Amino acid sequence: MIFTIAARELRSLFLSPLAWAVLAVVQFILAYLYLSQVDAYLVWQPRLAAIEGAPGVSDIIIAPLLADAAIVLLLVTPLITMRVLSEERRNCTLSLLFSAPVSMTEIIIGKYLGVLAFFLILLGLLALMPLALLAGTDIDLGKLATGLLGLALLLAAFTAIGLFMSALTEQPTIAAISTFGLLLLLWIIDWAGSSDGQTSGLFAYLSMLRHYQTLLKGLFHSTDVIYYLLIIFLFLGLSIRRLDADRLSH
Amino acid sequence: MQKEVLVHVEHLYRFYGHTCAVSDISFELAKGEVLGFLGPNGAGKSSTMQMITGNLAPSAGSITVQGMDLLDMPKRAKHGIGYLPEQPPVYLELTVDEYLSYCARLNRIARGERDRAVRTAKERCGLGDVGRRLIGNLSKGFRQRVGIAQAIIHTPAVVILDEPTVGLDPIQIREIRALVRELGEEHGIILSTHILPEVQATCNRVQIIHQGQLVFADSITGLEQRLNATSLIAAFHAAPDLDSLQQLPGVSTVESLTDGRIRIHYRDTDPSEALIEQAVAGHWRLYELAPERRTLEQIFIELTCSEPAAAAPGEAA
Repeated sequence: MIFTIAARELRSLFLSPLAWAVLAVVQFILAYLYLSQVDAYLVWQPRLAAIEGAPGVSDIIIAPLLADAAIVLLLVTPLITMRVLSEERRNCTLSLLFSAPVSMTEIIIGKYLGVLAFFLILLGLLALMPLALLAGTDIDLGKLATGLLGLALLLAAFTAIGLFMSALTEQPTIAAISTFGLLLLLWIIDWAGSSDGQTSGLFAYLSMLRHYQTLLKGLFHSTDVIYYLLIIFLFLGLSIRRLDADRLSH
Repeated sequence: MQKEVLVHVEHLYRFYGHTCAVSDISFELAKGEVLGFLGPNGAGKSSTMQMITGNLAPSAGSITVQGMDLLDMPKRAKHGIGYLPEQPPVYLELTVDEYLSYCARLNRIARGERDRAVRTAKERCGLGDVGRRLIGNLSKGFRQRVGIAQAIIHTPAVVILDEPTVGLDPIQIREIRALVRELGEEHGIILSTHILPEVQATCNRVQIIHQGQLVFADSITGLEQRLNATSLIAAFHAAPDLDSLQQLPGVSTVESLTDGRIRIHYRDTDPSEALIEQAVAGHWRLYELAPERRTLEQIFIELTCSEPAAAAPGEAA
């Protein structure tokens, strides 16, 4: 039942030009960033060769690419998640799900997996770029793997937050702007109090950027993974509660 | 004959803040019944239907569908319900076939049965030729039919239709009504509307809701009886004075109408025979005498507009 809902969600995404446009634009921007990194590497290569233990291809091309991808996707996620529930509510199609023998949890998880599948497709296309380097050189596959895992977890967290915002409102644009606001806040939250040189521990922990950066360095800390899982479960749980509240008061 | 009770609603309440939208509604729906919900806008028809279909949680009261409590066993109870809300819940970007097969999957129809279920639902709703068209490109009437097809695809025991004929042309309305009657033979149907002749045309039981309360619940035959006369229209070539008509047994008031006819209201006993005897004896030259039938509109307006006044003629009839 979950997969039925997920499949329709994914299908509807691709039936609208938005998904294609997002894929195309993101791919284009990231390809440009990727090529400029490759270009920079080629310029630096002679000098890097002289240094002992110099950063390699993975550090100079892949890590910045994935870091930039996270920013681009932070901007793009709200556009994809905004309509997931708000549009159904607006078009009164939510009652189809409510009157079918499906639970709220199944509805939310189905929708979530549908959108997540879209982002994993996007991630797959993105991963092709660093993998293309394999044709010419060796890359640190472990580092690439943790980086991609980090980006996947980040996207999963973005999607959960976007889904919750979409569950809150009837207007897709409001869902989009509030998702964007919350994502950006969680991205930069560790800036607070860091001006005097020491960051507050709590804010640093809350920052999505911090946890992503360690994964980009190739460090797999279970705390980082748990952080993302907590965000995902929290917002999915809240979405289920919110959808349930739809029946309680209109 | 023992009727199979499909829906059992007991003491249903629903509050929106301090406003009470549905207040103490209880009723039953048996198999083979088409129950019409009548009421002006905002009477609580849609709220009641949303509660029976699990789209809205009741503030108090219980709903059982085929013996299963909707709140305790929502999944199993919902299996027996097909619902068409006011706005057909269709995805405009899907084709009719895609949409209906999605609905079939949502309602847990086994893989092998799915195609057949979609085909049957399409056939019954006259959607045979539009299967491959996008719902977004269909007219309002066809979307409505897709909505009905969606509600009956899993052959539920109860079909709930919220104003199914709104926005349709007269031919489509006739087709939908025929479909409802046909469905009513093997399912239980609840239908809401504010079009009175629709109830007379399709339903075999009527409930009138006003301000969240059930003000009238009876079978169509019971309703027909209520529609029966409590007044006569008479016309004379040589009209007597109104006083002598007033003397007839059972007559409560007499009024002369602008076209020269006379309306005689009565209680309990029908004064027709006495009137005819008197007319022959007094040479009033009676040439027309007809019992006046009340229309459903009148009953409806009586019940919904003036509650205290509605009680009196209601008891008399």
